[in-house]
Amino acid sequence: MSDATFEKFKKCAVDVLQVPEDRIVPEASFADDLNADSLDLVEFVMALEEAFAITVDETELDGIDTVGQAYELVVSKL
Amino acid sequence: MKRVVLVTGGSRGIGLACARRFQAGGDRVAITYRTAPPGALAGRSGTESLWPVACDVTDPAAVDAAFGRIEAELGAVEVLVCSAGVTDDGLVLRMSEERWSRVVETDLSATFRAAKRALGPMLRARSGRIIVISSVVAYLGNAGQANYSAAKAGQIGFVRSLAREVASRAVTVNVVTPGLVATDMLAALSAEQTAALASRVPLGRVATPDEIAAAVHFLASPEAGYITGAVLAVDGGLGMGH
Repeated sequence: MSDATFEKFKKCAVDVLQVPEDRIVPEASFADDLNADSLDLVEFVMALEEAFAITVDETELDGIDTVGQAYELVVSKL
Repeated sequence: MKRVVLVTGGSRGIGLACARRFQAGGDRVAITYRTAPPGALAGRSGTESLWPVACDVTDPAAVDAAFGRIEAELGAVEVLVCSAGVTDDGLVLRMSEERWSRVVETDLSATFRAAKRALGPMLRARSGRIIVISSVVAYLGNAGQANYSAAKAGQIGFVRSLAREVASRAVTVNVVTPGLVATDMLAALSAEQTAALASRVPLGRVATPDEIAAAVHFLASPEAGYITGAVLAVDGGLGMGH
């Protein structure tokens, strides 16, 4: 996960969630490790949609708890 | 202050009075209009002219485009006043689906649309003010205005839910409920009708648009930073706080 796609993903996370870059790791939980609430996640998804020119349906976010899961979801749409 | 303010329906009536208040306070104020292009845009010397944007608030793409133009020219909207609204009166028994929908669409759905579009930058900025112009009829009801009353009551439920959703980001969302105000909507009535209506107001008169604008201006001020989800009645006592 050191490619340009992850870098772009990470930049969105740093900008929106306002956490240091080194904490954006696959196993990090949005809620427990990154202190992100539901509004943060909505903003994060919107930033990802814009950055990657993708659309994410609300239902696709069910079960997305970690950075790795969110990244997989983005990659699956590219 | 030097904020970017957007007043939907700001070309006349209460919306225009709000725009003038913010303008006089030094803010940069954009106004949307649909039917009537606004008249004189300049304020008193030292203030910037109002910035008009043609926008049909019932069209999501037009709302998005209007925000885009404002963001490009003035910057992100920091204060949103939702004042665009219409009436189309008639008794329920004779009210067509079309008349019902048009009023709900313009008065309620457009509020959702503008607020939704304004929120992103406000959340990121961790500050913002949204003020929705509802009406005393939201609480009192008014024979012949079932569509308008429903839309205006809907705005209150919408605002209170939104206020909860975004409170953690220091964005406040509030409602002002005017009563009888001297605008084009009221001018359509005869002098006798207006006098009869005014006699029901405890303060015994109709409000000026600027008296509504004063409350809106306050809710947008730093002093009102601890007020959210509130309904501020400016109705001469018609609803006695409701």
